[in-house]
Amino acid sequence: MTESECVECGGTVALHDDLEVGEIVDCETCGAELEVVDVSPPVLDRAPELEEDWGE
Amino acid sequence: MRIGLLYSRIRKDEKLLLSELRERGHEVAKIDVRKQRFGLTETTAEVADCDLVIDRCLATSRSLYATRFLSAYGVPVINSPETAAVCADKVKNSLALEAAGVPTPATEVAFTKEAAMTAIEDFGYPCVIKPVVGSWGRLMAKIDTENAAEAILEHKATLGHYEHKVFYVQEYVDKPGRDIRVLACDGEPVAAMTRSSEHWLTNAAKGGETATFDLDDEARELVATASAAVGGGLLGVDLMETADGEYTVHEVNHTVEFKALNEASAVDVPAAVVDWLELKAEAAADEAVATA
Repeated sequence: MTESECVECGGTVALHDDLEVGEIVDCETCGAELEVVDVSPPVLDRAPELEEDWGE
Repeated sequence: MRIGLLYSRIRKDEKLLLSELRERGHEVAKIDVRKQRFGLTETTAEVADCDLVIDRCLATSRSLYATRFLSAYGVPVINSPETAAVCADKVKNSLALEAAGVPTPATEVAFTKEAAMTAIEDFGYPCVIKPVVGSWGRLMAKIDTENAAEAILEHKATLGHYEHKVFYVQEYVDKPGRDIRVLACDGEPVAAMTRSSEHWLTNAAKGGETATFDLDDEARELVATASAAVGGGLLGVDLMETADGEYTVHEVNHTVEFKALNEASAVDVPAAVVDWLELKAEAAADEAVATA
């Protein structure tokens, strides 16, 4: 288990070991959706807002 | 093999695929389409030496164009841009199913509020209006009254993107509180589940409860025919059971999500999908040799 900092609230975000670039994690402190933009070391950024054409 | 994976967001579905591919020793190239440029003859995406590229774009618009470019470069891509084009658009989807003789809900398209209102009145209440492009049950409306119909059409005409002025009106199918999702590879079912809810929308994305489902021969045949109708590939075929005990296929999805199916079913879905992807990659390699 690793950690990174939430870019929204500055809180600590716990991250699991099989982290993937492009994955979305939630900040348990502020609820922000965060995108993993790097894994070594882990770097988080605000996740894009939902777009109308997203889906399957 | 070297397998490319087009993405803009890694969902649990993509993690399952990535894990399965890596465990089998395949080299995986993750390609974030947001960072790429696609020219008429070449791209910044490192796809040239891929045996196969899997399109897992979350955004339909990106999926449509990225697969079209890769196909133009001669890169084998799953699903094909032709399949994506049909599945991404509910009008094309419905027409393809109808042309193949697959039972599908009665549907009409109108381009003005007035014509749409006439279609709604002809269907009677309740009926359904859907966006022509969309997923996860978003912006779907079950229309129960004339007042609701007028309000929905007014909102779509006033607030929406031009696509929302293509009014896709459909009969309401009185299904038994559930629909059926089948994941199929070139028409061969991998696994199936029901999605149940007291709400008329039963999508897993809307919180529908999932349970494994055993397909009968009739459903299997419909899945095979529906898959072929849209050009085949790795697909999510959605069926409903009608009040008279028949099936109707309401749509086929081309960037199918399967995490819920993997949990509901005893089948190892990512393993089955990768089995099929390996066959497709081998076939693409054989074809490349034959045409060289």
